[in-house]
Parts: sequence; C-alpha cells; structure tokens
Amino acid sequence: MLLIPCPHCGPRPEIEFRYGGEAHVVRVPRPADLDDEAWRAFLYLRTNPKGIHFERWRHIHGCARFFNCVRDTVSDRILLTYKTGEPKPGEAAIAASRDRYR
Amino acid sequence: MERYSFLALVRNALSGHEKWGEQWRSPEPKAAYDVVIVGGGGHGLATAYYLAREFGITDVAVVEKGWIGGGNTGRNTTIIRSNYLQDESAAIYEHALKLWEGLSAELNYNVMYSPRGVMMLAHSVHDEQVLKRHVHSNRLNGIDNEWLSAAEAKRFCPPLNISLDLRYPVTGAALQRRGGTARHDAVAWGYARAASNLGVDILENCEVTGIERARDGAVTGLETTRGRIGARKIGVVAAGSTSLVMAMAGLRMPLESYPLQALVSEPVKPVFPCVVMSNTVHAYISQSDKGELVIGAGTDAYISYSQRGSLHIATHTLDAICDLFPIFRRMKMLRNWGGIVDVTADRSPIIGLTPVPGLYVNAGWGTGGFKATPGSGHVFAATIARGEPHPVAAPFSLDRFLTGQLIDEAAAAAVAH
Repeated sequence: MLLIPCPHCGPRPEIEFRYGGEAHVVRVPRPADLDDEAWRAFLYLRTNPKGIHFERWRHIHGCARFFNCVRDTVSDRILLTYKTGEPKPGEAAIAASRDRYR
Repeated sequence: MERYSFLALVRNALSGHEKWGEQWRSPEPKAAYDVVIVGGGGHGLATAYYLAREFGITDVAVVEKGWIGGGNTGRNTTIIRSNYLQDESAAIYEHALKLWEGLSAELNYNVMYSPRGVMMLAHSVHDEQVLKRHVHSNRLNGIDNEWLSAAEAKRFCPPLNISLDLRYPVTGAALQRRGGTARHDAVAWGYARAASNLGVDILENCEVTGIERARDGAVTGLETTRGRIGARKIGVVAAGSTSLVMAMAGLRMPLESYPLQALVSEPVKPVFPCVVMSNTVHAYISQSDKGELVIGAGTDAYISYSQRGSLHIATHTLDAICDLFPIFRRMKMLRNWGGIVDVTADRSPIIGLTPVPGLYVNAGWGTGGFKATPGSGHVFAATIARGEPHPVAAPFSLDRFLTGQLIDEAAAAAVAH
C-alpha cells in the first residue's frame, strides 16, 4: 500500500484515496471543435510510461480534493505531490526529489 | 525432435530419464526474418506456431526479453471460459475454447486442459439479472452457459457456503461446463516446442530496444540486445510492455498497464472440483493438479510496471474467499506475485494492423488473456500472413478508438475476468 502525501492533509494511507488517471490531460474549452483524431487522443491515448508518471489522485476519504502526483512506475516511489493548478514540476525538481531517497 | 509418446516414456525411463532432449532449439539470431514476433508469451508463441503450421511461413523468430513462460503466461490463474456477453467477444473466446479442446493432441504436449466447469456467483438481484443476460446471450451464440439455484451451485461445488448469514449471500450462479483450467507453463512450452520444430527461432534474453523504419515508414527491422534483426513484418505481442514497444515506432497506444496479482496456498488433497468466480465480492479460485488453491485478486488502482501487487488487494480477496469457503479459513498462503496487464478503455483486446506498414499488434488482453491464447495466436497469425484482419479479429481493430465502435466488456463484466 502506498503512503501518499496529500498536499493539503499530509501523508495518508492509499485506501483513503482514489486514483484519477494521467494528469495534465487538458480538457479543451470548446469540445465541438475537436475532430475524431483529437477526441481519440483526449479520451483513450495515454503515455503509460515505465518510469516517471504524472498522475491525479483524489483524497476522497479526507479533504476530498484532487491533486497531482509524480510517481516512478517501476519502484512505485512517490517523488512529489502538488496542488491542482500548480505548474508541472521540471526535471530538476524531480531529480532533487529522487536524490532525497538515495 | 523427439515425439512424446508412451514408448518414448518407457525408453527414457530405462535410461533413468537422463537422455530427454531440449524442448526447443536456442539458436543465434539470423540477420533477418520474414516475420519477427515481439514477446515470447503464450500469445506470441501461438502466433509463431500458427504462422508456420497453417500459413507456411516458417522464417519466423520470436524475441523475448526474459525467458519463455516468465511473464504473464506464468503468472495468471489459468481460467478458461468463453461465456462473454458481446457477440464479438463470444466469437473470439469460443474460437479459442474450441482450439483448447484439441490442443494437447495437436501440440503433442499435455497442456492439461481440464473442462471442470467455471461457475460465476450471483449475490444480488442485479447480479442475477446480469448473469442471466449472459446465459441468454451465450445461448443465442451457441455457447453453453446455464443458470443454477444456490442449492444447485452447492451441489456442483460442495465447499461453497450458501448460508443466508453472509454479508453477500449466494443467490444463484451461472455455470459454463466446458470452461475450466489448463497448465499455463505447459501451454507456453508446448507452443515453443511445436513452433521450434517447424523452424521458428525462439530467441530468449533478447530485448527489443528500437524499431527500424524505411523512408516510406515501413518497418525494416529491430534493434535488440542481441544485435540488429531485419524483419519484413513485425508482430508486437508484448502485453504490459506494449506501450513501450509501440512508442519505438512512434505510436501512442490506448493502453494502461496495471499490476494484477494472484496467490497460491499450500498444496492439499483434492477438495475443490471446479472454478468459482465472484465479481461482486471479487474472488476467483480453483485448485491446481498439484493441490494448491490458485486464487486471483484484483488489479492495483494505479499504473505500474512493478510486477507486484499491494497487500490490501490480496487481503480483500482472501476475506471474500474465507466468507464463501469457510473450509479454507486456516489454509496458509505460500506465494503471491503480480503480472503487468495492459488494459484498454473497453476491456477488449486490440488485434490487427497499425498505421505503420508491416507493424501488427496484438495487445490489450487486460486481466483475461490466458483463456484466449490459442484463438488469439490463430487469428493474429492469419492477420499477419494475409496482411488483413481475420474476420474474428476484425472488430478488435486499433482504429475502433477513432470510430467509436467499442466492444464494451467493461460494463458487461466490470471485473477482472
């Protein structure tokens, strides 16, 4: 079970959370403008990386808020969490977080 | 290669079983092949076997990053059934089930296919409606599936607890008598041996690191950890790693990879006569011929390549098992493990052509690929050989995510199959 640091409440066990899929998949303001190809990309195509993954979680049994998380999908180690709306962390911040665990 | 028979067994017994040959050749990679299959699991090996056997294409290699049978083929719970709701799914799983029935004889290898019956439990009015809908849909497709009352279910599987005191009491069950289990390792080994016999090169410890393409976009070969291998056609059958391999050809896939776990108990005498699955309380269980209870748990919530599942997922399943089968409350679990399953949005597989000429894909089997092994290999081989989808595979095209023609088994089963 993961120990997930909610940016609002602090570290809590995984069963308090719900996984929300890949993060930073941007919803377009005018969906009617999308063609089939763009709809496919938005609905179905996912990065599914082996390594650094940006993902959403929701602290459903806590503050109930969505937030974003950077996790390594090989070790399952959570490297960073940050509030919704905050910018995607750069490589330097992720690397620094990795070093913390070395 | 030596044919397995009673006579061969006697002959080898007389020499102390020390002269059995290798089951398949381990050649060095050739410079190029007509077809290279990426992924040496059951589906990939079956594809290579049927390419050679049915379509006369023997200049084939199977490249496998680990060892044969070490991925999901050796990690699943070996359940076989074909009672799927949608017509397209029923067609492909039934195609597979028919091949299972003759597989040991065809491969000259005992895959221990055992049609002991797969029983799916209902615990509520909703469950009953869903399972009865399956029964009717299956019957219209000519697939056996029957409805049992709780008492009939207990007669079929005596360890089942049908007491009304349960949090989720058993109200009935759907039974497919032709469903059952097979020995997963034997399936991989049997296909590998039979394919190797027909001239297919099986290249273990050979991880694909790149896909090479010509100026017009068509594939020309693969970069691997054992050097460059040329290929006119490439079939990717890499299960949880499919997204990674396809990305080497510049394709994003509608797939996400999750750890799915299973566990086995200590071995005991034969006590459990069939396979029992419950979607509602999430448990499935059977007993292997070695005597271990084989128990399937769920996937983790998040994508991962870690090949292990979280303990709370297994605990949840064991709670359900102990409720349904109180007889197992004091059994000790010996091992648990995870396999990485590639899941599509509609929980149906992807079989067919890709936008890259010469590149074919067979993926997205999610949590239920083992049962489809022979059928999947057969229709995928036909698709590669002819350069157009086999009729049974056609609905499972990659471009259904563009057209919206999804095959919605997610709502039909809503559980790990």
